[in-house]
Amino acid sequence: MITFLTKGLIRDRTRSFFPVIVISLTVAIVVFGSGFMRGVMNSMLLDTAVILSGHEKVVTRAYSEESQLMPNDLALLGSNELIKRLEIEYPEFFWTPRILFAGLLDVPDQNGETKAQSPVIATGIDFFSNGSRQVEIWELDRNIVEGVLPKLENEAMISSKLANQLGVSVGEKVTFIGSTMDNAFSTYNFDIVGTFNLRKGQTDKQMMLVDISGARNALDMDNAASTILGFYHDLYYDDKKAVDFRSKFNTLNSDSSDIFSPFMLALRDDNQMSTIVDFSNAMLIIMGGIFLLIVMVVLWNMGLMNGLRRYGEVGLRLAIGEPKGHVYRSLVFEAFLIGFIGTIIGTVIGLGLTYYVQENGIDYTKGMEALTNSSIIMPNIFYAQVTTDLFYIGFFPGVFATVLGTMLAGIAIYKREMAQLFKDLES
Amino acid sequence: MNIKNSVIKFNNVTKRFPVGGDYFIALKNIDLLLNKGEFTGLVGPSGSGKTTLLNIIGGLDSASDGNVSVLGQSLENTSHNERAKVRRKNMGFIFQSYNLLPVYSVFENVELPLILNKIDSTQRLKKVNQAIEWVGLSDKRDSRPSMLSGGECQRTAIARAIVHQPALVMADEPTANLDAENSHHIMKILTNLNRELSTSFVFATHDEKIMGYLKRIIHLEDGQIKKDQLIKNPKFS
Repeated sequence: MITFLTKGLIRDRTRSFFPVIVISLTVAIVVFGSGFMRGVMNSMLLDTAVILSGHEKVVTRAYSEESQLMPNDLALLGSNELIKRLEIEYPEFFWTPRILFAGLLDVPDQNGETKAQSPVIATGIDFFSNGSRQVEIWELDRNIVEGVLPKLENEAMISSKLANQLGVSVGEKVTFIGSTMDNAFSTYNFDIVGTFNLRKGQTDKQMMLVDISGARNALDMDNAASTILGFYHDLYYDDKKAVDFRSKFNTLNSDSSDIFSPFMLALRDDNQMSTIVDFSNAMLIIMGGIFLLIVMVVLWNMGLMNGLRRYGEVGLRLAIGEPKGHVYRSLVFEAFLIGFIGTIIGTVIGLGLTYYVQENGIDYTKGMEALTNSSIIMPNIFYAQVTTDLFYIGFFPGVFATVLGTMLAGIAIYKREMAQLFKDLES
Repeated sequence: MNIKNSVIKFNNVTKRFPVGGDYFIALKNIDLLLNKGEFTGLVGPSGSGKTTLLNIIGGLDSASDGNVSVLGQSLENTSHNERAKVRRKNMGFIFQSYNLLPVYSVFENVELPLILNKIDSTQRLKKVNQAIEWVGLSDKRDSRPSMLSGGECQRTAIARAIVHQPALVMADEPTANLDAENSHHIMKILTNLNRELSTSFVFATHDEKIMGYLKRIIHLEDGQIKKDQLIKNPKFS
């Protein structure tokens, strides 16, 4: 009987080929849609994490309370030792030091007189350490406009917007004027070796990037850091875990009576990010849920229609003596088989598409350039994200909904008045 | 009538259908004995109870009162599966609109009852070829129903009904969709099969063309047998 039914299934394209196509496409859309939504939401969180907060951030208690002032006099001391400890105790993250500082950037002319000046917000990041992923997470290879990455501690990159404003180009020297962590006056010369455009709206308007060793020299912050940032290795923010780790760390390490004791903040603790994180999670659930529900209804309906379309065939099989249970099981098994094959194909297509967009992104630079006066931090390139759940999410609409529809249609078989068979089969 | 040879036995059978708060009586106190090898027609106007009677004979419906035996087995208090088994083993069905499965060939359509009866493939091949030969479709065994004429489709349906050599074949208006020539052809095939296989045939029909082939005509009216007529020399036998 299985061979007989399989023959029919293969030959009847309306039972096999077309449903497989519909299920594959639907599942591919579900998988890609989910991956893309997650990617976009995570991109928005990752932008903030990379530039400001990390997925976890360790600062001193005092720094956390005045962080918007960038108070480097309240920075973490002994940061190298603390990072080593964090790497052992929290291996879920990779940890990196940061120094955030602000001041004035002075561009001299040929005679050493000031040619141009601008406020600058600088970040000392770890370019040079072995295994540092800073170039990767800042996407500097992609975002570099001119020149190269810093290789020495007195080398700096500035944003192309700031370079244009100051009229400075690669190869020129600039002087940073600010204060050390002890609030003493400080000047430090940097060679501009490159310009970059983060392609995140106005975020990098006054930005300068230097290696953390240069920042330490400029601010007299030996073995100190404004913050130590932790990032999940896959760069995907898991809010629940981050909050758990933060609570555990603070319970064990933070002394509320010591303003210089280390204090961990999760991404959601930073600058109203909790709203964004909650919004992001809620949007994923609501949009994903609605989307999933719609495709489930579509496939459920397809399963139902496929079952009802075979009313005549089922009637005949019942009339010539096939037990109802056998007919019912064969319909459900067939729906399962078609749903399973369609889901596998759809999942492979959806994952392939998601992976492609994860690696290459969808560039929306032109659209974002229109936001020249907006202060919103938005990524210019939207990336999808391949996550574990994409491997099985398609089975809900692809198999579950299809089989459910067929099962419902099959109830009509069970409820069918056998006495009507002759009449049914004449129609 | 010879009770030992009986294929179907109805004893005071009544069938009622609920209609609104009341009942419609489709069959009233039917006593009937159909013997092996009979070629019987149930005739009567619409609503006379022909199809209900056919349904009860085929185990597709059950009697409200009275007792029905098919091939010596009472159908009283039998489950769906038990009645399905009786149909599968001992009955064949021919429908007005053929009801062939369009994605299968003539051979495969005819093969279906044997598959349901778990006949092995060698036997199936032999029996199906034989059935197709009986109805004169050997040259069409690999054709799909869409490539056949109406008459050929009905011959395929006949082959499917008799391939497992059932004791009883029921046919509901088997010639209603056919022209006169094809109707006579079909009836000749059925008459031959009745003669060669001793299979009992029960027809529900309005068709005057069929009457000339029947050896027994049961006239139904308002759910009752009005006349039970044995034809000694059918016109087209």
